[in-house]
Amino acid sequence: MRWLLLKDLQILRRSPLLVALLVIYPVVIAVLFGFALSGGPDKPRVAFANLVPPGESEFDIGGRTLDAADYADQLFESIDPITVDSREAAIEKVRSGEALGALVLPEDATERLRATLGLGGGDPPTVEVYYNAEDPVKRRFVEATIEARLAEANAALSEAVLREAAGYIDVIVRGGEVPVPLVGAVQILGLERSRAIIDSITAELPADSPDRAALEQVARFARLAAENLDVSRPILASIGSPVRVEQTVVEGSRTPLDAFAVAVAVAVSLMFVTVLLAAGLLALEREEQAFGRLVRGLVSRTALLTEKVVLSALCALAVTLAMLFGLAAFVGLDWSRVPAWLAALLGGALGFAAMGVAIGGLAREVRVASLLALLLTLPIVFLALVPSGSVDPLLYDVVNVVSGMFPFKPSLRALDAAINGGDLLLPIVHLLALTAGFGAIARAALRRF
Amino acid sequence: MRADSVCKRYGARDALRDVSFEIASGERVAVIGPNGAGKTTLLEILAGALRPTSGTVSVRPEEVGWVPQQPALYSKLSVAENLRLFARLEKVEDVEGTVARMLAQTALGDRAGDEAGRLSGGNRQRVNIAIGLLGDPAAVLLDEPSAALDPRQRERLWEFIAVLGTTVVFSTHDIGEAERFADRVLVLADGELLFTGTPDALATTMGGDHDFEAAFVRFLHEQGH
Repeated sequence: MRWLLLKDLQILRRSPLLVALLVIYPVVIAVLFGFALSGGPDKPRVAFANLVPPGESEFDIGGRTLDAADYADQLFESIDPITVDSREAAIEKVRSGEALGALVLPEDATERLRATLGLGGGDPPTVEVYYNAEDPVKRRFVEATIEARLAEANAALSEAVLREAAGYIDVIVRGGEVPVPLVGAVQILGLERSRAIIDSITAELPADSPDRAALEQVARFARLAAENLDVSRPILASIGSPVRVEQTVVEGSRTPLDAFAVAVAVAVSLMFVTVLLAAGLLALEREEQAFGRLVRGLVSRTALLTEKVVLSALCALAVTLAMLFGLAAFVGLDWSRVPAWLAALLGGALGFAAMGVAIGGLAREVRVASLLALLLTLPIVFLALVPSGSVDPLLYDVVNVVSGMFPFKPSLRALDAAINGGDLLLPIVHLLALTAGFGAIARAALRRF
Repeated sequence: MRADSVCKRYGARDALRDVSFEIASGERVAVIGPNGAGKTTLLEILAGALRPTSGTVSVRPEEVGWVPQQPALYSKLSVAENLRLFARLEKVEDVEGTVARMLAQTALGDRAGDEAGRLSGGNRQRVNIAIGLLGDPAAVLLDEPSAALDPRQRERLWEFIAVLGTTVVFSTHDIGEAERFADRVLVLADGELLFTGTPDALATTMGGDHDFEAAFVRFLHEQGH
């Protein structure tokens, strides 16, 4: 087997283009996968027209002056704005394709906001949004982004209003100063102090005074009003954010998206390098007509398969380990887990190599084997990444079973566990079982090789 | 070398039916017959590259050199590297000495460092034969060794085989080659061994007034093939 290993290494050394492709192609694919998973799309370019006349974007709440433009700025955190000065110009930017969408703040936006906040009635202010529908993916993204930002702006505005309202309630209950335009600060007595005054006057009245009952009624009202208004603050706060979210992970891990993307990228790379190499190396033995010569007493079929599995697994292990080291420098992985990385990579490499020789044994020609390897592996990746709950439960079970029959999903689990922590034993055992299964298929395929 | 009642069946089709013969040491035997007669199957069974469905052959794979029809060598390795690899797999004691001897015997010493994939068809076939001879076998089995060679390369190939000094069993479509280079011919058709004897004996069987090729064709016709 040693001489066969050396022979295959010599052949690989003399095929620099093939080796470069085997290394570069999966690495590029893997990095693209990683980026796609870990990073969202770039900020979309959105035209923004603020038609509110200059100086009129401010409004008062309880004597406090707020600027609507501050809330519009929140939208700019997730978009790349192109500022224009008219609605037509904004729409033109969308039409020409320069901007994915346009956001127009109409002339009466602040006026309507003032009316709404001053309980003057009328429609609330409206922000006009124009979309470019030629790219549904980006359109969906910008829709979601703008909706989320508008919700945040609304929430911020609502919070400011509620804060002011809570302040007024506090003054009504406990008393204090209220600023009034043109008049200045006005002293408010407050319910609690009113009650105290009434209580002190009532105490000085004769027991049979006809005013005592009336004053006691007023004092009782002041007490009840103060107590009930005091609890209205948390009620108002709950109106601002009526639902709180508490998240609990039932199954799986809290792997950060970046670290999971690394696991996906490495698993994809490991799969391509190993499967293509193992399938190609075995098919090459037949294409070169050497198989018949080898197995008539020089090498057993099992030894030949073992050699291909070992060589392709070791080559892929070296490539993906280097890749993992490189990615670790960017993502910041835990270097103390290197032995676990090695175990996961080796388990995955053996599983993929066994699958590769099975493909090579069935295809019997290098080109057919490579094509078959690509046709098989790509759907396996997509199937393995289908999240639960995104499809019908029965279909998900089928997808899960199909994914479990190939080494990608257990390799991904092993790598995720190795990189981010978790149970490594189960996926490794799964991979070893798949190695044995695919090895048996390959051995059977060699009977008619 | 002896074959006793060798049969090979692929599903419902009989590739070889009850084939028995003996070949003496040093003999040169040609296996001839029409396409699909079972020539390659017979040689593969003798070489140990294929198992018979029933019957036995007297030789073990390591006792014979096997030269398949298509050159079985690695095109990315040089001539010397191919010889060295197979010499090591054959567990030849003096690997470098054997490689040097084979390079000299095939007159490919000046091409030793060339990649096998860059050689002409004739030279590739020489390397193919040299690999078959690495273990210094008592017999060498060649499956249509001159197929796909031009007449000049074919002539040089037979000159090379003529001086081997071992038992040679070869299959061929070229009846003239069988007549010129074989001591004896085995005529196969539809998996059946129809004739064993010298080319002259076959011609004589057909009346002696035909050349060997015509006698062969007539013989097959009379046998219903």
